[in-house]
Amino acid sequence: MQIASLKQLTLARFREFIREPEAVFWTFVFPLLLAGGLAIAFRDKAPEQAIIAVVAPAQGDSAGARVATALRAAAMGDSAPLRTRVIPADSIEEVLRTGTAALVVVAQAGGGVEYRFDPARPEARTARQVTDDILQRATGRRDPMPVREVTVRERGSRYIDFFLPGLLAMNIMGSSIWSLAFAIVTQRNKKLLKRLAATPMSRLEYLLSFVLSRLVFLGLEMAVLLGFGVFVLDVPIRGALPSLVLVAFIGAAAFSAIGLLVSSRSKTIEGVSGLTNFVMLPMWIFSGVFFSASNFPSVIQPVVQALPLTALVNGLRAIMLQGASLAGVWPQLALLAGFFVVCLTIALRIFRWQ
Amino acid sequence: MTQAAASALALEVVGLTKSYGDVHAVRGLDLRVPVGQCFGLLGPNGAGKTTTIEICEGLNRRDSGTLRVLGRTWEQDAAWLRTQLGIQLQETQLAEKLSVTETLTLFRSFYATGRTIDDVIDLVQLGEKRTARVMGLSGGQKQRLALACALVGDPQLLFLDEPTTGLDPQSRRQLWTLVEGLKRDGRTIVLTTHYMDEAERLCDNIAIVDHGTVIALGSPRQLIASLGAEHVIRLGVGESAKAQHPIAIAELLGLPDVTGGRETATGYELRVGAVQAVLPSLLAVAASHGVQWHELSTHTATLEDVFVSLTGRELRDG
Repeated sequence: MQIASLKQLTLARFREFIREPEAVFWTFVFPLLLAGGLAIAFRDKAPEQAIIAVVAPAQGDSAGARVATALRAAAMGDSAPLRTRVIPADSIEEVLRTGTAALVVVAQAGGGVEYRFDPARPEARTARQVTDDILQRATGRRDPMPVREVTVRERGSRYIDFFLPGLLAMNIMGSSIWSLAFAIVTQRNKKLLKRLAATPMSRLEYLLSFVLSRLVFLGLEMAVLLGFGVFVLDVPIRGALPSLVLVAFIGAAAFSAIGLLVSSRSKTIEGVSGLTNFVMLPMWIFSGVFFSASNFPSVIQPVVQALPLTALVNGLRAIMLQGASLAGVWPQLALLAGFFVVCLTIALRIFRWQ
Repeated sequence: MTQAAASALALEVVGLTKSYGDVHAVRGLDLRVPVGQCFGLLGPNGAGKTTTIEICEGLNRRDSGTLRVLGRTWEQDAAWLRTQLGIQLQETQLAEKLSVTETLTLFRSFYATGRTIDDVIDLVQLGEKRTARVMGLSGGQKQRLALACALVGDPQLLFLDEPTTGLDPQSRRQLWTLVEGLKRDGRTIVLTTHYMDEAERLCDNIAIVDHGTVIALGSPRQLIASLGAEHVIRLGVGESAKAQHPIAIAELLGLPDVTGGRETATGYELRVGAVQAVLPSLLAVAASHGVQWHELSTHTATLEDVFVSLTGRELRDG
């Protein structure tokens, strides 16, 4: 009988969700949009060309004319390291201000050049380096040490390979917490929780039904994002797929329990939104979704490593990129399982039914 | 009181109090509902009816007083009590996206024993709507579905909080027929209402509640008889005419066969034994004061008049 009630509660959650076309649309379209954006951002393309501006030499300025000619010659061809534009002397400031060129080259009367750029812009520093090499070699510099270049674009060590597991983890966190918080607060508002609390319904089963329905949708969301990553972006999954799925499921269970805890008292959508952001923001910043969490100072590492999103990101990354086994990610699994049990227990205790 | 007498009560409330901050919602309320009765809590909005019923349902805590539901207490037997009670709350909105059958299947799954889904759907006459979503139901159909949810567990004791508030007359009558059927089945029903006609028609006994206490208790017939009057006469003169040509209420109360009465904003209201005995002298008094009345009505005394005579206010005044 009790199992029947858990099944009915989960079915009810599932039905309510799939009958809300907008919610379904965003659940599946959002990861697709994200993945599409990534595909555009990380598509294979030639190394970046620096865009530089050369101040037009005055009539009879032979030194200035030599600089401009050397740079124009270097900018010939599709694989040239830079592109040049010639600008009048009075528009230097404007070009730098609007960022239409990363670097402005001004030939000096004594034969030298002046570089004007903002060193805070990475592409400006690159442009300065490239331009300087060209001009020094054009005026006779010879490099004493021979150099051979081998460029690497190894699958599994690109930024997209690093980022995709983080994105997957972030999506699991966001959709778990948001969807539960909204559904529960709405039911509380409509006094449906109060009505349910007046029946012999098991309160634990009520909360578990949210976790279970979440896991069903997770399977679908994961298939979309992971499928796109593997087939379109060529991201590797070096570990076993079942291990990856299991880690994601335990992560989703943990974040669903956090979602239940977040929404255990709130009476309004506004209130629960604030609380949800408060809970998620530190994890967006500190959990290493966009860059490695080990970049943070060692003082705060204990906190960073204790965040559930850090555990999920690291677990997914270890399996996808390093081919780790379940045994290899047990600390992460234990932490996530711990969050699930603790948050669910507290939520059950403090849950407001009316 | 013997054990047998105590166990024949489906609900026993003694000295119940409940405050929300400075607001004393319930102040020393007593109720005794025998098994098999339909018992009405009648009173204006804010009288404490809903607070009382929610305490009985185990949804709200009391500040003091004793409470036994089906002979048990919420402190000791909450899990058992939840299986025995059927509850309709005043303002529950069931999940909009679920169908009638799905909603009832969900509620049925909470109870180890109970009625079948088809059985309750027939009972509340929602057969044609069984696959319809809750959002597509009318107000009356939603109320009947809420009642069906209260019935799936085959409860011994049914609490209905304002079951017909906000419904059109036809839906109200449909719900009354339903409740009468449940009464015939021998179920104990406790309902709150602020409709006199509803209480008069459905309830074996009524507690009139005002400001958190019971101010009168009895069957509808007993309560009306307690007025000592069969009829009520209303004389309407209009606000300005009343100010120009006042009649002292004492003079009217002194007329033969008048048992009580009051002034209203626009006229006078007298509780009388026989209309034909009072009417000539009443009109004579009015004429002697030069009052041009424009409205004269009489009706058989109702629970509404009982409430008015007890509180000096009309029920809908709140």
